Amino acid sequence: MSIAEVDDIGQGWAGEDADAEERRRLEKTWKVPSNPLRAWFTNVDHKDLGKRYVVTALVFFVLGGIEAFLMRLQLARPESRLIGPDRYGQLFTVHGSTMMFLFAVPIMLGLGTYLVPLMIGTRNLAFPRLNAFSYWVYLAGGLLLYVGLFTNTGPDAGWFAYVPLSGPGFSPGKRVDIWAQMITFTEISSLAVAVNLITTIFKHRAPGMSLNRIPLYVWSLLVTSFMVVFAMPAVMLSSLMLAMDRLVDTHFFNPAEGGDALLWQHLFWFFGHPEVYIIFIPALGIVSSILSAFTRREVFGYLAMVMSLVATGFIGFGLWVHHMFATGLPQLGTSFFTAASMMIAIPSGIQIFCWTATLWGSRPRLKTPLLYVLGFFFIFVIGGLTGVMLASVPLDLQVHDTFFVVAHFHYVLIGGSVFPLLGGLFFWFPKMTGRRLSEGMGKLSFWLVFIGFNLTFFPMHQLGLDGMPRRIYTYLPETGWGTLNLLATVGAGILGLGLLVFFVNAAQALRHGEAAGNDPWGADTLEWAIASPPPSYNFLRLPTVAGRSALWSRREDQAEVTGLRSDRREVLVTNLLDAEPDHRDVLPGPTIWPFILGLGVAVTFITAIFTPWGVLIGAVPCAVALVAWFWPRGDMDREVVMEKRS
Amino acid sequence: MRRIATRLGALVLTFAALAGCEREARKFQTPPARNAIARPVRLTTLQPGDSLPGRDGAGPYDENAWAISEGERLYNQYNCVGCHFHGGGGIGPPLMDAQWIYGSAPQAIHDTIVEGRPNGMPSYGGHVPDDQVWKIEAYVRTLSGQASKAAEPGRTDHMQARPSEQSTPKRKPEGEKAEHPG
Amino acid sequence: MSGISAAACLLLFAGHPPAHSALASAGPQAARIESLWWLFFWVCSAVFLLVMAALAVGLVRDRTPEEAGAAPGPIPPEARRRRTRVVAVATAITALILFVFLFASTGTGRAIASLSRSDRSDAMTVEVTGHQWWWEVQYIDPVPGQRVTTANEIHIPVGRPVRIRTASHDVIHSFWVPSLHGKRDLIPGHDSEDFWLQADRPGVYRGQCAEFCGHQHAHMAFLVIADPPDRFAAWLDAQRQPAATPATPQALRGQDLFVHLQCALCHAVEGTDAGGRVGPDLTHVASRRTLAAATLPNTRGHLSDWIVDSQRIKPGNPMPPTRLAGEDLESILAYLESLK
Repeated sequence: MSIAEVDDIGQGWAGEDADAEERRRLEKTWKVPSNPLRAWFTNVDHKDLGKRYVVTALVFFVLGGIEAFLMRLQLARPESRLIGPDRYGQLFTVHGSTMMFLFAVPIMLGLGTYLVPLMIGTRNLAFPRLNAFSYWVYLAGGLLLYVGLFTNTGPDAGWFAYVPLSGPGFSPGKRVDIWAQMITFTEISSLAVAVNLITTIFKHRAPGMSLNRIPLYVWSLLVTSFMVVFAMPAVMLSSLMLAMDRLVDTHFFNPAEGGDALLWQHLFWFFGHPEVYIIFIPALGIVSSILSAFTRREVFGYLAMVMSLVATGFIGFGLWVHHMFATGLPQLGTSFFTAASMMIAIPSGIQIFCWTATLWGSRPRLKTPLLYVLGFFFIFVIGGLTGVMLASVPLDLQVHDTFFVVAHFHYVLIGGSVFPLLGGLFFWFPKMTGRRLSEGMGKLSFWLVFIGFNLTFFPMHQLGLDGMPRRIYTYLPETGWGTLNLLATVGAGILGLGLLVFFVNAAQALRHGEAAGNDPWGADTLEWAIASPPPSYNFLRLPTVAGRSALWSRREDQAEVTGLRSDRREVLVTNLLDAEPDHRDVLPGPTIWPFILGLGVAVTFITAIFTPWGVLIGAVPCAVALVAWFWPRGDMDREVVMEKRS
Repeated sequence: MRRIATRLGALVLTFAALAGCEREARKFQTPPARNAIARPVRLTTLQPGDSLPGRDGAGPYDENAWAISEGERLYNQYNCVGCHFHGGGGIGPPLMDAQWIYGSAPQAIHDTIVEGRPNGMPSYGGHVPDDQVWKIEAYVRTLSGQASKAAEPGRTDHMQARPSEQSTPKRKPEGEKAEHPG
Repeated sequence: MSGISAAACLLLFAGHPPAHSALASAGPQAARIESLWWLFFWVCSAVFLLVMAALAVGLVRDRTPEEAGAAPGPIPPEARRRRTRVVAVATAITALILFVFLFASTGTGRAIASLSRSDRSDAMTVEVTGHQWWWEVQYIDPVPGQRVTTANEIHIPVGRPVRIRTASHDVIHSFWVPSLHGKRDLIPGHDSEDFWLQADRPGVYRGQCAEFCGHQHAHMAFLVIADPPDRFAAWLDAQRQPAATPATPQALRGQDLFVHLQCALCHAVEGTDAGGRVGPDLTHVASRRTLAAATLPNTRGHLSDWIVDSQRIKPGNPMPPTRLAGEDLESILAYLESLK
């Protein structure tokens, strides 16, 4: 028998007393420190950190939304003097940077850190301390950006920060330095989460969950994580080069001294385009989860769906140049990127068709999460089609950098990502909190958000074709853009109201929401098998899986994993393809060092803005924290117990 | 705990605001003032009694990054470079050391620009608005490292001696075909 | 839902577009792109309606008999086979449409470029330089004295292609006249290939900088004025002349002030001592339609506002406020208005 054996006898094998005893011991082993201050700084539980990610990201979402609304107010009428060009530049830069770096990516990865271990049936992520470290670095980056904005040091060269405008000659002060360092912060964080998720998904799946039985949501996070690993280094490198150009007078982007302004654009978009898919692919996973729960069917075409995700992940790296068609690149080169940009419509199309096939004649329950998914279909299809238009060089030359593009990517990112996300939050809220949201308020918020969104962004297509460029803080009355802009501002108000209803709903449910029970929706993945909210150790005994929908295919006598020690944080490591039990591994418990290391990294990057010595100054706390982090801990060390077959 | 965190946050924000405001402010609306000169010009530090007030006072823009970078632009555009070069001096005296004939205090530099000095420094009093003189003054002081480190500008995009090897081939004169690198 | 959207599409896209619009083309290139746009628009609208219709029908349809009482789980094999066929066909159609788009798009791209491939050694060359935040326009002529420098206004003869050569003085700008052609970025350090503008109808076409370039990116517009060839020739001839000597004593005094106060430090007026190259050339400023990069109409009142406090109109622009005695201001205005 293996040490971590799969108990073939099934549930009910151990008596109730044994269960209670096991539960007590697991609670003790996986306990989160009871002192709230200590818990806040030392916790490594993936559920707590995941929730923290989601809440922090939502706070940034609200801040970014407020900035957006201020911009809409300024643009509501021509020649408005509400916000000057300086403040407006900071607002749109911080809005874009917040939504991309502090909201969209962290909330998707954060939701992943919460859900992935539950869905694949394990007790924590593979590297719990790294997970805590990621959070602290992310938080530091977000705080840095907002301290900057509130002290009039908000970056103002756009979220794309094109050189030379963002270079030392045209962006004096510390504004762009703050932006560049914030990028490095959040990318370190995303990379760490991505590595964590990849390892967890590959090695910690429940026995029986072979690669072709992984839930689509987990697949989507796997693809996303790989994209993060390949895309983020490009932007970290370029933001570092920008910071060096600005702080220590290097000449990476100075055309006069052998640098190249276009180099920035290539590096930035090599990250920037996959970034869109990094935000969007997890949302596809959410859509699949919600659809299968409400249609009570497995999503149609599992293999096609997975292949589409993977294809999107690959092709996503081959079309960054379509952001640069107007720079005057050779025609042959641009044709290649046109073809690649159009090609990516095929996997997206296949997914839409498969979902439609899943819905076809299923008589789904039209609950709020499903409404958000239907809203996603409506909006995302429009966004995808305008995306095909943007792939065409001649059309792009006309609409590039206009409000048409603003409309397009809000259709793709809000429709393709925020709608599923809101649906997903509604869907998993009962699991996270143990309480149900009000269905009535949910539907109200959906309709407000849906109508407000379309009212805000649909007119922008027309504005772009009528020649309204992006990133302008005002416009002349004779351009005739006033009416549609006013309409968009009204829409933004409705959209904001809808989101407000969503948050009020959540706040109310937290206090007096109806108890959720284990599985309020009758869904199919493993997280619904356990209590809501889940206990700190997730599963009393790690489950095994017999089919693609773990719960629907569960037999009466489904096996469970026994033999894991409950007096230390043991988890089961399985092999990559078939998820057969391989060995047991011990995970670390609560520790302060990830926080200290995060602090050290923050000190490094922030002092480096003011003096190159910052790198050396910051190296000290980082070195101390790393030594303490990896200090051998005897018995509690990550001793690997190899499988011994008898 | 939350209260402590809030207070701590407020404190940090206040400090950051104080540090950031002066450096990052961008005042576009400036009063068009006449060039105000503090007289007389002093060529020596010898002085009966206490030192005079006001001579060493800071300029309005000495800590302001945007104004300093505007000063840099004006320094180039008004052809200060023509004589002083990028601080090294040539026709005019160098500005990158602290040896200043007519004083290196902000007001002294301002007065030098406005009044002109013997042996070649013209008077810009009637030509350059006072606000711009102060910006140029703030920039000139960075050349000798007298200004705030955090506010001084980085390199410019302009130190061009020859086209770099990987920049696109320069245009040929009319009639010739542009060649492409093999 | 989809019906409403289709109605909204028609309402918004088919409305009367203003003069400065990609859908109001006035030149061969913009016209090509506009027809490509309508191809994409109609095909994409049809695709959108079909997908939404499929979704709507799927939602209201009853469960098939074999599925009616089925437990949650995979779709039954019979239904799965049917749907696989449908999805495969839909995917094939998608790929087909994308091929059509690809060829149409490449064809249009070549057609636009072909305007420059034909031999046009006699074509006029206009050099456009982007500055923060205005456009310098130079008409190239082999005879140096015949070069014309103006700002924020490009005059072209109707029906003749004009070679546009772009450069940037500081940061990246983007040259865009929606009614005539798509964008071209002006990137420092990259001399991009020349491109061509042609207007088929006389008229005034507005253009605007399309790449974020700093505080006044919003107020960096220009006009392209297409005139019949004879009017254009007359205009070019007038622009080649140095500035007229002021006729009235007041204007003469204005010229003196212009040259000796701060104006001449940045602005040039050909034929006088004013030779600043920082701001726009003002040799024929009174002949232009607009001020401050197509932000203000060129009237005496606006000109006076601009001189006294340009920062209120374009905050952050390099022109400093100028305090002038009333009489001095009047003189300078009189002088500038004489620069036809």
